[in-house]
Amino acid sequence: MSSVPRTPAARPKYYDLNLLNLPMPGLVSIFHRVTGVVLFLFAIPLVLFLLQSTLISESKFDFWRNIINLPVVKIVLLGFVWAYMHHFFAGIRYLLLDVHVATAKEPAQLSAKIVLVLGVVATILIGVRIW
Amino acid sequence: MVKKLDRTPVGAHYGWQDWLAQRITAVIMALFSLVIFACLIVCGSVNYEDWKSLFHSQVFRIGALLFLLSVFYHAWIGIRDVLMDYIKPAGIRLGLQVLVLVYLVTCTIWSVSILWGN
Repeated sequence: MSSVPRTPAARPKYYDLNLLNLPMPGLVSIFHRVTGVVLFLFAIPLVLFLLQSTLISESKFDFWRNIINLPVVKIVLLGFVWAYMHHFFAGIRYLLLDVHVATAKEPAQLSAKIVLVLGVVATILIGVRIW
Repeated sequence: MVKKLDRTPVGAHYGWQDWLAQRITAVIMALFSLVIFACLIVCGSVNYEDWKSLFHSQVFRIGALLFLLSVFYHAWIGIRDVLMDYIKPAGIRLGLQVLVLVYLVTCTIWSVSILWGN
């Protein structure tokens, strides 16, 4: 029986909460989580609502189409598009990591960079398409 | 009398099912997304008649429902993980998890009614 007193040492805790100091894979990871929550909370009900509203009648369809065509609404929707795109590409990166693709440090950093860029590029392409 | 457990009550054996489900639903969603993106790029603007007839196709309805069910199940696993990470009091966490489940089941019923109600 050990009788050495084990006093919990008051270790200093230091969390670097500045997102800008995260390495690329960390940034992709936290964005994956945040975009997931945003899509869950807002995009799911929004998409279901729009599906329902646009399928009711032609006048409702045109009404909602006009609303979606407002520049402000388009910008908000593009925010959701970015969230979806980032979640999509980051998810594919995780699937690749699962099958041991790019698990070393440098390839993982490169793939994280690619994910961040692809998310933005895809959003811009869709933005150009709908404008 | 002590009943013998027919399952392993401890150990890291349960997580893999959710882990796998998260990936299977992800692949289903990714494939459906690619089809939708391809359609958007090819079709361009859609009028009401096209929109309506698309949702009258049984194949599309079933594909869309498969996609939405994947979304909801994927969201359940993801949000549950987030709640487990940040909400420590068991009562509040359970309450929030029940809310999330009720919401997602409601979304499931809503989806069916949208897809087959029109």
